[in-house]
Amino acid sequence: MNDSKQSSSSASVPIMDAEAIRGALRRIAHEIIERNPDLRAVVLAGIPSRGDEIARRIAGFIAEIEKTAVDSGVIDVAMHRDDVGTRTQLPIVKASQLPTRLEGRTVIIVDDVLFTGRTVRAAMDAIGSFGRPARIQLAALIDRGHRELPIRADYVGKNLPTAANEKVRLRLEQTDGEPDAVWLEKQ
Amino acid sequence: MNLHWNRKDLLGLRELSADEINFILETADAFKQVGTREIKKVPALRGKTLVNFFVEPSTRTRTSFELAAFRLSADVINLSASTSSLAKGETLKDTARNLEALYADILVLRHSSAGAPQFLAQRLKASVINAGDGAHEHPTQALLDLYTIREKRGKIADLHVVIVGDILFSRVARSNIFGLVKLGARVTLIGPTTLVPREFEKLGVAVSHEIDNVLPEADVVNLLRIQHERQRKEYFPGLSEYTALFGLTKERAKLLKPDCLIMHPGPINRGVEIDSEVADGAQSVILDQVTNGLAVRMAVLYLCGGIST
Repeated sequence: MNDSKQSSSSASVPIMDAEAIRGALRRIAHEIIERNPDLRAVVLAGIPSRGDEIARRIAGFIAEIEKTAVDSGVIDVAMHRDDVGTRTQLPIVKASQLPTRLEGRTVIIVDDVLFTGRTVRAAMDAIGSFGRPARIQLAALIDRGHRELPIRADYVGKNLPTAANEKVRLRLEQTDGEPDAVWLEKQ
Repeated sequence: MNLHWNRKDLLGLRELSADEINFILETADAFKQVGTREIKKVPALRGKTLVNFFVEPSTRTRTSFELAAFRLSADVINLSASTSSLAKGETLKDTARNLEALYADILVLRHSSAGAPQFLAQRLKASVINAGDGAHEHPTQALLDLYTIREKRGKIADLHVVIVGDILFSRVARSNIFGLVKLGARVTLIGPTTLVPREFEKLGVAVSHEIDNVLPEADVVNLLRIQHERQRKEYFPGLSEYTALFGLTKERAKLLKPDCLIMHPGPINRGVEIDSEVADGAQSVILDQVTNGLAVRMAVLYLCGGIST
């Protein structure tokens, strides 16, 4: 949704390289530690496929900094989206994995690029079917603006002002087989 | 998998590619997970209306589709041949058009005539899901069988799957053959010569009439229900003779490898195609098939009912 096919007519501006992404995720890990004194209550819930990988990396930084393992899971939002029935083709749905007892936990939704907020709304709905966490927070590597719902992130790697016709292109080693990088593409 | 789903109907496995079959099986993984949540219901098909239109009687397939639809938040109407206007002489097409005039979005059809679902799929905007048409196909049964094999054995390719029973009149067998061959399994059909003719070899499977020679090398044995209510004397030897020649008795089950799966689409005739001890034994995955049927049907309804036509 947040990427576009490389085409000859689009201009691509590099925004982040592997080192910048690493720094941004490490800072998010520090902020999560500061805001959540009891890290055992935290569950990171990545939205596939890149949010999933980003959640794993944040969990890795938290483990490195605090020597504490935080729970990490996957929350696929496809079956909770509000546009089912409006698309002419459907992508694959991944199985969600979260601890079954969410009572008293702090679930942090992890997404790659925060845009309209509709995916996050669907993720909150999906989490509700697993139980009733004490609170839900939101982390995104990129916040590109243009919200269509009253949603804001608690942890942002980079605020990136964009025009509506621009696309944010993110690639991660583990999910895309390309070096970590973020570009802004103008149509 | 880079594929996207873009079919509104599921009519059979014959027209699906291996990638599309795998796409459904992977989607079913996600829906099986929903069954373990505290709230086992997702809003995917909220506001959609599903009509279960069963011109031939069936309790378990209809109930499975009904529960699958409930878990996807769709509204469900059940119609059977006796409660529909078919009994009053209305044609299938007119009945279906009336359902569509009520804004039905998904039609799950069980019909005694092969091709009935295809006939409607071409004429209706609604999604049509084949829940069994004559002796033609029963795609969701085959998909749940494939799903169960994949879940228990971790793969389907290169496994030796043996299907025993009345193959000639079995839509379950036909859909299974298409799916298994596409996914790379080795298939052997077993039964009386009248019910398992050599013509089936053209579909890329082996045919045998000697069950005891084949069982020791099977990875999966799928026993079809003997539909004694449909059998005609000229084809069928008689129940006790069938059991003696082809039934999976306690003694015969000892020929199986320890990790061979025993499957049956249900309802089972205990003591006919399978002994009770075998049906309830450690190698039996008959109840897993029922659980997986729900996940597979949720996936099919989500995919076919969830795209815009």
